[in-house]
Amino acid sequence: MHRIAIVGGGTGGTVLANRLADELQSELEAGEVDLTLITADPNHVYKPTFLYVPFGKKTVDDAKRPIDELVDRRVDLTIGRVIDIDTDRQKLAFADSSVLGYDQLVLATGANLEPEAVPGLADGGHHFYGPEGAERLRDELAEFTEGHLVLSVVGVPHMCPAAPVEFTLMVDDWLREQGRREDVEITYTYPINRAHGLESIADWATDLFEERDVTLETFFNVEEIDPDNEVIETVEGTELDYDLLVAIPPHAGSDLVIDAGLGDDGWVDVDKHTLEATAAENVYAIGDVADVPTSKAGSVAHYEAGVVADRIASRARGTVPTATYDGKTVCFLEAGMDEATFIEFTYGEEPYVREPSKPLHWAKLGYNESYWLTARGLL
Amino acid sequence: MTATIEPDVTIDSRDAACPGPLMDLIGKVKTLEAGTVVELQTTERNSTTDVPEWLEEAGHDLLEIESRDDHWSLYIEVN
Ligand SMILES: Cc1cc2nc3c(=O)[nH]c(=O)nc-3n(C[C@H](O)[C@H](O)[C@H](O)COP(=O)(O)OP(=O)(O)OC[C@H]3O[C@@H](n4cnc5c(N)ncnc54)[C@H](O)[C@@H]3O)c2cc1C
Repeated sequence: MHRIAIVGGGTGGTVLANRLADELQSELEAGEVDLTLITADPNHVYKPTFLYVPFGKKTVDDAKRPIDELVDRRVDLTIGRVIDIDTDRQKLAFADSSVLGYDQLVLATGANLEPEAVPGLADGGHHFYGPEGAERLRDELAEFTEGHLVLSVVGVPHMCPAAPVEFTLMVDDWLREQGRREDVEITYTYPINRAHGLESIADWATDLFEERDVTLETFFNVEEIDPDNEVIETVEGTELDYDLLVAIPPHAGSDLVIDAGLGDDGWVDVDKHTLEATAAENVYAIGDVADVPTSKAGSVAHYEAGVVADRIASRARGTVPTATYDGKTVCFLEAGMDEATFIEFTYGEEPYVREPSKPLHWAKLGYNESYWLTARGLL
Repeated sequence: MTATIEPDVTIDSRDAACPGPLMDLIGKVKTLEAGTVVELQTTERNSTTDVPEWLEEAGHDLLEIESRDDHWSLYIEVN
């Protein structure tokens, strides 16, 4: 019996489990392969939905579905949290002290938000990166009629590098629709010397910010927030007052990864093409937890899942794996409330940003709807 | 030349894509005392311009940029 274990039932883990159920159909039916998906949350969460919650366009409930409705019945689904990985003995340990052995393991445990890493941020800042944050921001925005709104990218790397630019362009448009834009000043801050890590997006966003009267602050690394006086202090020595702070909080990998010796900073060190862990045999990582030089995005998790499914299926059949990941990343970017653009690129490539249009906005919304078919492996 | 620079802290950001190396440096510098010498190793050419610009902005010193076989080493003194 060849035992395959996947930890994490988000985008990467779910797509991978369903792909493997298909690819190894005959081996699973013959009882030669065992495929287990372990996930802490009985719901599968589609995080891109959270971008729309602050504007009242989606609800937090729209973002989740029970995972057992999405996973192929040939997959053993275990709801539980893995608390320890022993890569020498090839075993996973759970909180109830049970243990599961594996022959091949995939980590797809995602990224965690860590607002506590910056003093004052948890009290002083809002965000739309999780369900509670997005709802709290929705309530705050509904009542925000005037003042200084600051969108600050505090943590890099973070999930969906496009989302802060999208939120800024959306909130500008949304406030105009509400007739409140003239009473709200908007500032966008980014840690490096331009508006975004990718130069083409930085150039595109800088032009749009100028057009839409959004102030851009670069080399802005938040050191501390003073929630009482509503001031942001930076490592560079700047101070910025705000009335409503929307911050992209720092992200962290997990202690599970650190304790297992798979990556010092909580992200799994992997070969960027094979996605195999550099510190252990028979371990892969996909999605946000994998340390590869591209965005922490669902599309990346999706393409990586396809590659790892092929590699694992080859190993399970005793053949040499050949599939590799070239860094393919695809992102839709909202440029307001009713137009969007689209980019795609591979490792080391600079994306080309198309002119935003209404059809691309509808394509993004359409993709979000059809996501549930993607997760099930049908698209 | 740089053979004489002995870093107190080395940050290995080789293979990280932009802005990874600069962000690794910023994250680390926050935790270091004045006078600490840091070596930042990077394979990203942009780091050789982005990092000096940030050092200027944040008030730290660039000691040297060394081009190695497969990466650049940037030496920095924290102020
Ligand atoms: C606001 C927002 C907008 C976004 N927009 C886009 C977009 O437009 N396009 C795009 O491509 N991406 C977007 N993303 C990013 C995308 O959501 C993530 O990159 C994607 O979810 C990563 O998938 P993953 O499988 O790595 O992790 P996740 O989907 O986060 O799943 C991780 C899973 O692992 C489980 N888990 C964690 N630890 C354990 C453990 N120890 N034991 C068991 N289970 C565990 C969790 O419960 C969870 O189910 C957005 C993200 C946000 C926050």
